[in-house]
Amino acid sequence: MAEHGNGDSSSAVVATGEGESGQYAIDNPGLPPHRPRLADVDEKAAKRSERQVSTLFLISIIGTVIFFVGYFAVGRMDAFEDYFEGMSALRVQNTLLGIGSALAMLGIGLGVVHWAKTLMPDHEVVEDRKPLRLEKDREEAEKIVNDVIDETQIKRRPLMRNTLIAAALLAPLPAVVMFRDLDRSEDFGVERMRHSLWSPGVRLVRDPTGTPIRAADVTVGSAMHVIPETLREIPGHGTRLSEKAKAVTLLMRLPMDDFQEPTPGRENWTHEGIIACSKVCTHVGCPVALYERHTHHLLCPCHQSTFDAADEFKVVFGPAGRPLPQLPISVDDEGFLIATSDFTEPVGPTYWERGHTDPEGDYPAS
Amino acid sequence: MSASKEKYTEAQYLEVDQYEPKTQSGRIANYVDTRVGGTNIVREFGRKVFPDHWTFMFGEVALYSFIITVLSGAFLTFWFDPSMSTTRYSGSYAPLQGLEMSMAYATALELSFDVRGGLFMRQLHHWGALLFVLAMSVHMLRVFFTGAFRKPRELNWVVGCSLLILGLGAGFTGYSLPDEVLSGNGLRIIDGMLKAVPVVGTYISFFLFGGEFPGNEVIPRLYSLHIFIIPALILILIAVHLFMVVVHKHTQYPGPGRTERNVVGYPVGPVYAAKAGGFFFIVLGILCFIAGTFQINALWNYGPYDPSPVQAGAQPDWYIGPFEGVLRLMPGYLGDFSLEWVIPTPWGGNSLALPVLIPMLPVAAIFLGMFVWPWIEAWITGDKKEHHLLDRPRNAPTRTAFGAAVVTNYLIMWGMGSNDLIATHFGLSLNDITYWSRVLFFLGPVIAYILTKRICLALQRKDREVALHGHEAGVIEVSPEGEFHERHKMPSEYELWTLVSYEAPEPSGPQPNAKGKVTLTEKIRARLNRIWFEDRVEPVSREEYLEALEHHGHDHETTGLEAAQSQESVTSGKPHGHDPHGH
Repeated sequence: MAEHGNGDSSSAVVATGEGESGQYAIDNPGLPPHRPRLADVDEKAAKRSERQVSTLFLISIIGTVIFFVGYFAVGRMDAFEDYFEGMSALRVQNTLLGIGSALAMLGIGLGVVHWAKTLMPDHEVVEDRKPLRLEKDREEAEKIVNDVIDETQIKRRPLMRNTLIAAALLAPLPAVVMFRDLDRSEDFGVERMRHSLWSPGVRLVRDPTGTPIRAADVTVGSAMHVIPETLREIPGHGTRLSEKAKAVTLLMRLPMDDFQEPTPGRENWTHEGIIACSKVCTHVGCPVALYERHTHHLLCPCHQSTFDAADEFKVVFGPAGRPLPQLPISVDDEGFLIATSDFTEPVGPTYWERGHTDPEGDYPAS
Repeated sequence: MSASKEKYTEAQYLEVDQYEPKTQSGRIANYVDTRVGGTNIVREFGRKVFPDHWTFMFGEVALYSFIITVLSGAFLTFWFDPSMSTTRYSGSYAPLQGLEMSMAYATALELSFDVRGGLFMRQLHHWGALLFVLAMSVHMLRVFFTGAFRKPRELNWVVGCSLLILGLGAGFTGYSLPDEVLSGNGLRIIDGMLKAVPVVGTYISFFLFGGEFPGNEVIPRLYSLHIFIIPALILILIAVHLFMVVVHKHTQYPGPGRTERNVVGYPVGPVYAAKAGGFFFIVLGILCFIAGTFQINALWNYGPYDPSPVQAGAQPDWYIGPFEGVLRLMPGYLGDFSLEWVIPTPWGGNSLALPVLIPMLPVAAIFLGMFVWPWIEAWITGDKKEHHLLDRPRNAPTRTAFGAAVVTNYLIMWGMGSNDLIATHFGLSLNDITYWSRVLFFLGPVIAYILTKRICLALQRKDREVALHGHEAGVIEVSPEGEFHERHKMPSEYELWTLVSYEAPEPSGPQPNAKGKVTLTEKIRARLNRIWFEDRVEPVSREEYLEALEHHGHDHETTGLEAAQSQESVTSGKPHGHDPHGH
């Protein structure tokens, strides 16, 4: 290891690894001579560096003060009566905390680095790499390993070895199985994914008010998202959200002439141009939230799958591989919109057990 | 270690008691030293040499931003409650007052509005996390393009790859915690992707969410992953990573005085420690400035999670971009043919969500390829040597070109993650952007490969030219005969060494194995090996250099034109058998 700080950097480089003498156009010339910095030769420059470093440290102190001003003088948002006043106070406070701590940290950081660069020795030092392993050490280590294995007698007693392997393979299984109850729902399995809260006669209501919708109130060109009337009866926020995630539905009314010929069996799924579909994208499940009235296209803002509402929600663009499931609707005696059945296929993203859905709307045997 | 077999004398054991420290700090040091043996640590590390280069800074930035993220995150845990039980919001933020929401969202709002400095710490935590992943990514690019992953550092490269993936995991689990609409839709996408996994996917989703999406369970589970399991793994791997850096000693760029057998740089005490320590404060200071002045994840704008709403133009954190973008690139239909395939089975059929599964392949390939790259490259090049001197990227043209191709592919996927914003900001058709990106996804990497390789080879030729004929000095001279030529300035021997000291072996050709047979794998290897080396530019040889030197010594008429002519004869790395100046 070279002595640090002797500045003698022109020492010849002997061992160059693969770079034996003569391999390259010239031999390794060794480190370039050290060039003194201004502060090394001029005490005035060194003094100047000292002042600069100290100034940076002083700036850090000022930064800490600014932080405290922001923390104590501006106060908390809830202390402000007015919302806008509170928001602007928060903004000022956040800025002061940021600027203050930034100055506090940058002052120290830049100061120390400037100190290191201008005043601490800048001689490059050469250190030899140790070989990762010496042959003598390897032999010794190998002997130790072999001795240890011999002493266990594991090679001579295969019965013991094989039973140990079997035991070691089985022993971690309980740790895996224990995670079974990560799913804490009562009706474990995939069957539940085939059903939503929609069933014959369930009214389509507005979200979140829960008011039912008269067919006459849905104007041509309008679109809204609706939920089943029964959703509010579901106890528990999480369970309600899980049900909502399957049941949330888009409702829109198109001019009657715009519709393509419906698939046989779906003739009665709409009501005077009012048509409903699952709002959950068949790609990976984002809400299909954008409706373009002129083209009657539905667009999922996550990955831009585009569905045609006039053509039974067929995919016209994007990564979705299936149309959005359509909800068969009608009106009840009072003129409110109702579902005439559940969705006839599972809603949302495709999953392994989804299987095929036949056009009659019956689920495959499961 | 053979040292343990040494015999010590009684006097050596007694030396400890006889030593009398003379100063106050000496007494403290002696107290510690006699109990844990600090002497050896100081002897080992006090003057340990670290090479210095600005590109070695990215790993440091990653380490520091991780520390900052851990500290700011610890602050957040004192107020944040990761519970999905519901509450009615009654905090300071008026627009959300009275709304039913989870405790997670309510306490995230409390942190933002009712804890002084809470918003600042939240933003510091988020920006710190973004910087953590960014710094790791850039650090890995540096390691890749300089060949620092080569023997003996392959395993440390694998540790680094694992750290990157853990960093992505830490980022995503944290992003999802506030339980608002934005991150809830992110989780919904994860749910959709999990469900697409054949055979087990549906159940993995059930197990993650505790039942059907979104359920009551996922936030606390992500929380224990986010604040305990993933950070603990990251900490352990960082320890392993740094331990290996000490074992291997740091790599260094080729240059005068640097060899495969030494380390040239600054000693830890005081220069390196001061620079690295000061740099921590600089990183922290910059992050503080950003956290104080640039808003990130204004979660009060989104509202509590509900499966129905979604923002148009929502963006994931930057590092999720490629995953998101490649999902957007993939068409669900080819013409009228849906890519979603139902496998007919006796029990009714199983669905294969290819529009979700296929896009996972390129991302998975990039990440898996990253892990095994050191072995792939060593297999192709046949290079089994230790390397402590880095490659200048131009001196490994095929690797550099390949890396550029992968990066291009990655960036196209990443950019597609923002295709909606690109469309609205530049007034372009979203569909057109997607169609073009599908083409670029395949074509872009090819173009990047060819361009990068040509640029590398051109730079190598330029190096040769400078080594043999010097820099163009920018001075035009007129000879007494009226001939114009440009003066050339020869490089110093230090610069020259950097230009000429690299290796560019010839393609090795198929090698027979021990039985004297050339196997099929060996043929494939030889073919890849030829692709790897065939366009190589050889470094200036000693003969060429001496010849050029002699030429310059006798005759100063080196013109740019002649230099260019001689350069042509160097192509394909064939050592030229004629005078470099065509005399």
